[in-house]
Amino acid sequence: MGMSGIWTGMIVISLVCALITGRGTEMAAAAMEGASAGVELCLSMAGALCLWMGVMEVLRRAGAMGALSRLLRPVLGRLYPDFARDDGVMDAISANVSANLLGLGNAATPLGLDAARRMSRRTPGVASDSLCMLVVCNTASIQLIPTTVAAVRAGAGSSAPFDILPTVWLASALSVTAGILAARLFARLWRD
Amino acid sequence: MELLELTVPLLLAGAALLGLWRRVDVYDALLSGAADGLGVLIRIVPALIALLTAVWMLRASGALELLAGLLAPLLENLGIPPETVALLLVRPVSGSAALGVGADLIRTYGPDSTVGRTAAVMLGSTETTFYTIAVYFSAAGIKKTRYAVPAALCADLAGFLSAAWAVRLFFPE
Repeated sequence: MGMSGIWTGMIVISLVCALITGRGTEMAAAAMEGASAGVELCLSMAGALCLWMGVMEVLRRAGAMGALSRLLRPVLGRLYPDFARDDGVMDAISANVSANLLGLGNAATPLGLDAARRMSRRTPGVASDSLCMLVVCNTASIQLIPTTVAAVRAGAGSSAPFDILPTVWLASALSVTAGILAARLFARLWRD
Repeated sequence: MELLELTVPLLLAGAALLGLWRRVDVYDALLSGAADGLGVLIRIVPALIALLTAVWMLRASGALELLAGLLAPLLENLGIPPETVALLLVRPVSGSAALGVGADLIRTYGPDSTVGRTAAVMLGSTETTFYTIAVYFSAAGIKKTRYAVPAALCADLAGFLSAAWAVRLFFPE
């Protein structure tokens, strides 16, 4: 929805800017080159991306999600004290976080939405502190193996596409921590 | 870094052995996951075509340079490479747009350059914030979102800053 405005804005700004700077010819050529670059990009990452999705499916069928969920559940109970005794909510949340960690976005979203719906029953129409925490945690990426990014790097000819793993882990950990701290702080300060 | 270079083969072997041990049909799972990967690619191709067209036009027209130039003093003070400005702007709004813009940076500046690495880490350590918030709150029927948006944006900002910082820490020039 929002993308229509953004895309139109990008095109119109380019056009106006090119007319002012006199780079109309270059811009016209770039429009066509950009379109083929989109297809090339997809092809360059296709192999690596499909391979990783395959590996993740093997891990999923081997029960990696269930094992992670059991490990995470005690920690997550502390993050959502209001629902720590609600098995339905905690099962959904720990499965959601495990799927996110493994990069199974398609599996993570329905689980997270299930947790959100169950949480909202206590406070219909209003986002409780726990629900805000759930949303904030899902807007921060916590993927252990960022497969798409690694596939893009591999496609662009990186010598070691996975050498950014520790860097991504550190940046993700800091970002999730900042989100959790912000949610906790806002929970204390927020006046409706 | 020896071990990290072996990440791919180690993960492949580890996943396959774990699968066999758990009596999973490893090869079948691998193929069905890879087939799902094709579905993902087909879904993002149209968006990548649309967005790379727009991004290439922005770059050729000089608009991107102009924007980066305007925001450069601020971004440099924060330690963020100004080249990543377009990625910062689209990241919270659209996942495929961010992938397109980020991948373009990675290819233009090189996957092993500071800008390319920063773009990769930013993509890997942040999410499509506004989309996620919209999906969760509409599914749960929430009208009063209270502080969810500002708190999520704090996490995004921290993600961008720490991505740039962590790249400098692990890969000093």
